[in-house]
Amino acid sequence: MIAVHHYIFLSAALFAVGIYGVIARRNAVGVLMSIELMLNAVNINLLAFARYVTPTTLTGQVFAVFVITVAAAEVAVGLALVINVYRNMDHINVDDINLMKW
Amino acid sequence: MQQVLRNEWLLTAIVFLPLLGAIVTLALPKGRPAVVKMWATVIAFVTLVLCVYMYAAFAKGSAEMQFATSRPWIPSIGVSYHLGVDGLSMPLVALTGLLTFVSILYSWIINERPKEYFAFFLLLETGMMGTFCALDFVLFYVFWEISLVPMYFLIGIWGGPRREYAAIKFFLYTLVGSVAMLLAILALYFSYTGPNGKHTFDVITLITAKPLAGRAAMLAFWAFYLSFAIKMPAFPFHTWLPDAHVEAPTAGSIILAGVLLKMGTYGLVRFNLPLFPQQSQECAWILAAVGVIAIIYGSLVAMAQSDLKKLVAYSSVGHMGFVMIGIAAAAAPLVDVPGVSRELLLNAKVTALNGATLQMVNHGLITGALFLLVGVLYERAHHRNIDGFGGLMVKVPVYAAILIYVSLASLGLPGLCGFVGEFLALLGTFAIFKLAAGLSVIGIVVTAAYFLWMLQRVLLGPLNERYKDLMEINALEKWAVAPLLILIFILGVYPAPVLDPVNAAMDHLVRNLMLF
Amino acid sequence: MTSYVQKIAWLIPLLPFAAFWIILFFGYRLRKASALVAIAGIAGAFGLSLPCFIAMARGHDPVNVSFPWVQIGRLTVDLGYQIDPLTAVMLMVVTLIGSLIFIYSVGYMTDDPLFHRFFAYMSLFACAMLTLVMSNNFLMLYVGWEGVGLCSYLLIGFWFEKPSAMRAAKKAFLVTRTGDCGLALGIFLLFYLTGSVAFDPIFDAAHHSHIHETLFIAAAILIFFGAVGKSAQFPLHVWLPDAMEGPTPVSALIHAATMVAAGVYLVARSYPLFQLGGEHAIALSVVAWIGGITAFMAATIAVAQNDIKRVLAYSTISQLGYMMLGLGVGGYTAGVFHLMTHAFFKALLFLGSGSVILGFHHEQDMMKMGGLKKAMPYTFWTYFIGYLALAGIPPLAGFWSKDEILHHALEHNFPVFLLGAAAAFLTSFYMTRQMYLVFGGEQRDKHIHAHESPFVMTVPLMILAFFSAIIGIVCVHGQGFHHLVHFGQEPPAPFSLSVAGISTAIALLGIGLGWKLYGQKPLSAADEDPLLKIGRLYTFLQNKWYFDELYDTVVIRPLLRSARILYWVDQKLVDGTVNLVGIITIILARVHQLFDTYIVDGCVNLVGTVTRQMGFALRYLQTGSVQSYLCVLYTGVILFVVWQLYTGQHFSCPFLK
Repeated sequence: MIAVHHYIFLSAALFAVGIYGVIARRNAVGVLMSIELMLNAVNINLLAFARYVTPTTLTGQVFAVFVITVAAAEVAVGLALVINVYRNMDHINVDDINLMKW
Repeated sequence: MQQVLRNEWLLTAIVFLPLLGAIVTLALPKGRPAVVKMWATVIAFVTLVLCVYMYAAFAKGSAEMQFATSRPWIPSIGVSYHLGVDGLSMPLVALTGLLTFVSILYSWIINERPKEYFAFFLLLETGMMGTFCALDFVLFYVFWEISLVPMYFLIGIWGGPRREYAAIKFFLYTLVGSVAMLLAILALYFSYTGPNGKHTFDVITLITAKPLAGRAAMLAFWAFYLSFAIKMPAFPFHTWLPDAHVEAPTAGSIILAGVLLKMGTYGLVRFNLPLFPQQSQECAWILAAVGVIAIIYGSLVAMAQSDLKKLVAYSSVGHMGFVMIGIAAAAAPLVDVPGVSRELLLNAKVTALNGATLQMVNHGLITGALFLLVGVLYERAHHRNIDGFGGLMVKVPVYAAILIYVSLASLGLPGLCGFVGEFLALLGTFAIFKLAAGLSVIGIVVTAAYFLWMLQRVLLGPLNERYKDLMEINALEKWAVAPLLILIFILGVYPAPVLDPVNAAMDHLVRNLMLF
Repeated sequence: MTSYVQKIAWLIPLLPFAAFWIILFFGYRLRKASALVAIAGIAGAFGLSLPCFIAMARGHDPVNVSFPWVQIGRLTVDLGYQIDPLTAVMLMVVTLIGSLIFIYSVGYMTDDPLFHRFFAYMSLFACAMLTLVMSNNFLMLYVGWEGVGLCSYLLIGFWFEKPSAMRAAKKAFLVTRTGDCGLALGIFLLFYLTGSVAFDPIFDAAHHSHIHETLFIAAAILIFFGAVGKSAQFPLHVWLPDAMEGPTPVSALIHAATMVAAGVYLVARSYPLFQLGGEHAIALSVVAWIGGITAFMAATIAVAQNDIKRVLAYSTISQLGYMMLGLGVGGYTAGVFHLMTHAFFKALLFLGSGSVILGFHHEQDMMKMGGLKKAMPYTFWTYFIGYLALAGIPPLAGFWSKDEILHHALEHNFPVFLLGAAAAFLTSFYMTRQMYLVFGGEQRDKHIHAHESPFVMTVPLMILAFFSAIIGIVCVHGQGFHHLVHFGQEPPAPFSLSVAGISTAIALLGIGLGWKLYGQKPLSAADEDPLLKIGRLYTFLQNKWYFDELYDTVVIRPLLRSARILYWVDQKLVDGTVNLVGIITIILARVHQLFDTYIVDGCVNLVGTVTRQMGFALRYLQTGSVQSYLCVLYTGVILFVVWQLYTGQHFSCPFLK
């Protein structure tokens, strides 16, 4: 029987992978993709809890849809930034994007 | 009375016209000094005309404040714009107008930065006029300090080789006194509360109330004294004077000796005596001693001088000593002498104070003329060493005659005005301080000695060949000095025009003083 | 007559004054004509004085006119003039002798480039002198007093390019001014006692005040001190001989006839003060003794002088002493009488000596002269009359006045009489010596060609000689002078044959001695002065009793030295203190600046520095890299969770239970 903690473990694992990606990746696109992973981990979590805790309402599903929408927007903005950075600096290595650092 | 009221704006005009002139002077075109000079002369002349009008309209026999004007200025702390003149200040205001005009006329020879020079000079006139007219302590203090600044620059910019030293010494020395005075003024201010529960800076009110007593009054008395003694200058605060005179430009010397010194003696009579009658009586003998020392010491030191300007400067120290003993005699307590009526003694006191005040005016005229003449010689010879001349009378008889005339006036020859002041001062003082008057007479002989010796070394004897081409005094210089010469004679023969207003005020003052 | 006098008298001093101004401003254009202006001025004054004198001589009441001058306190000070017999006599002396000397001066000064200036000064002098004698109060008297002093200064120093002249001028002014201070103090004292400066109120008060009699006497002595200076009495006589540096008419007018007599006039004028104390009036004895000493001392000095004018100068001092002596012993009339006669014959002698000097080409040494009788007959004869008058030979002017003085002295004060008699003897001796040295024998310095002076000079001499001869006897006739000028109810001095005999004998004795030494065998160029035989005494006399040296050591040098010392004190001590305060302030300011820089500002900077260093240290934390922040963040979260898991009881998770 698949219980809620299975979903949670999956979500945690996926989230941990996302965090690792966000922290360790030097490529800005990689970082963005890792963020998407983390968001998706959250979506799994939301759906799982909605199914097991409040099966009669659709609150979790609605939340998930919103998160997907926001994630799409976020990727659009983020990729636009990355492209602009690439155009200006010929690379997208996040460690070297430090022009505004004091 | 209506006439007096109608002239409410007169003093304001006299005080602030020069300031207006100074501001306009700064706006005049830079490249045309003649325009600046003409403008300054016109302003000074108009001020002089106003002064003459004031003199003519003045009610001579009255001891009241005339042409008075009073407006609230900073009502929250009791400061008002209060101007007025009485018999004491009116002659000094007129003297200031005259001497400033003479100085500005003489200053036509100035070619270095004329705009600033004349602006400073007119500002100086505002300061001096205001000092003599102000009847509010804050106003008085402001004008007192205003007169300091332009003189500082006149010495410091247009002065001689050691001008910076002299200017700073003059400024700081006077400032020390002013600060002491400021403290005393504040003490007066806080010790008096009017019927409406407010403090005031009004001179007349404070004089009537005499709010200070005891030790505080004594301290305030000496604080005022310090300020005025430095300005006068009285021994031993006189050493700034020779330095300042030697370094100052000629016109600056004229004003310095002619007017600025009078601010000190004026202050003594205006503030010290009526504000602190008790303390004045107690300390009168000290003032008399200081006066006698100044007379003898000043004239002896003058004798040792080899610089013409220094000689005149030290002679001023001596001459101001006569003013001092006159004031001291007026301040002294009234001691009954058998066989001499009280009225006679009171009269003697008034006489002494009359003499002192007259001496202020006379000294202004005489020393102003003397400095002008020294300046004339300096312009030509470029030095002032007495022993470096000799026999100039052959080359410049007119100049020599004028110099002899003024020197004789200064050494107190009867018929010229120096005599009347000294004589009256001593005449009155003798009744109060016999020894002081007796000793002062020594000063008269020594004064005669050093002036004659100076004349002998500069004008008489065989001609010094270096000056065989010396130029005679020119028309401008003659015109500048002429009014002084004429007044020296007129006031020497008939001093009543000045003495009458002075007498009314002094009589009033002395009698009030003796009520305590 | 009186009202007429009242109307015109104020003009008397103003005429010469007007002349002074005219010459002052137009002198360059007037040139020689300025003499005319001056003479017109003084002659006009004479013309106006004459009716005044006549009115007084006829016994009219004195005129006294006052006008308010200034108001001091509640007193009005009045000035004014008065014409009384004493003033009238002085007016005549000043204007008459003045006119003659002015005329004489035209000849004497004719070659001088400053001709007009001379007459300007002389006119000013006349004005001041007339003011002095006409004043009815001490203040105007003092004005005139100083005025004549000024003119004396200007005229002694007339040839100002000559160093000796200017020194003499200065000396004269200063010495007389020393005396004037006494006069001024006297006036102060009188004002203190009476509240007035006018003569009449003061004398009234002095007469009625018994409390302050001593003070009034003190005032008299102070006033006398002024007279001592002006009349060149011992010990302030030193200026008068030096004053001979001035042109000779000046010596005649100012330093013989008029100005120096002002002191005598002053004593006579203030006689009510001097007289206080009755029989033993101290002030009067002071006057008598000073007069006697002066008369004797100056006469001894005159004996040993070789400069023709200096002999006369000392003679003047001696005669002024005589007048003082006369006043001092109670001979008011006698003193004033001698003042008048002396003015005539001494002016005559001075003008005569001027004529000699001019004729002898400005050489004044009597040892070079001799035998001028032939070359200058007019001068000689007039001079001779003046000489006899001065020596006191009857019936010339000097005899009568001197006799009266000696008479009073004999009655009142015998020691002073002896001084006076000795002076009279010496006077006739030194004058005889002078006569023989100048006019007798042969000219000793042959290089100088002597000539007689022009008439413009000799005519005044003759007029003066005429007066010198007759004025004494005219005035004595019927006690005329005594009726005119007298003090109180003083009885006229009876003419006593014995006193007259004594004084004439003394005079003749002096003349005889003079004849014995100088007349019997006239001095030739090779001879030395027979007086040299008295040796050291002669040197002592020739050096004028060493008064100049004494004053030089006792007064002048100490004064100059103290002036220099005081100047040093002023520079080093008084000004030094001021500068020291300045320097100390500057040093304090420096110290303060150090404190400010290193301590106060140091603290402030320390705070800044520390902050800054901490910032630098912390900067390394702030990488700006989001990844490292996240790394730290999640490390924190993990650590927190782990910590909670092992220790936390509060953290409850339903899924983990």
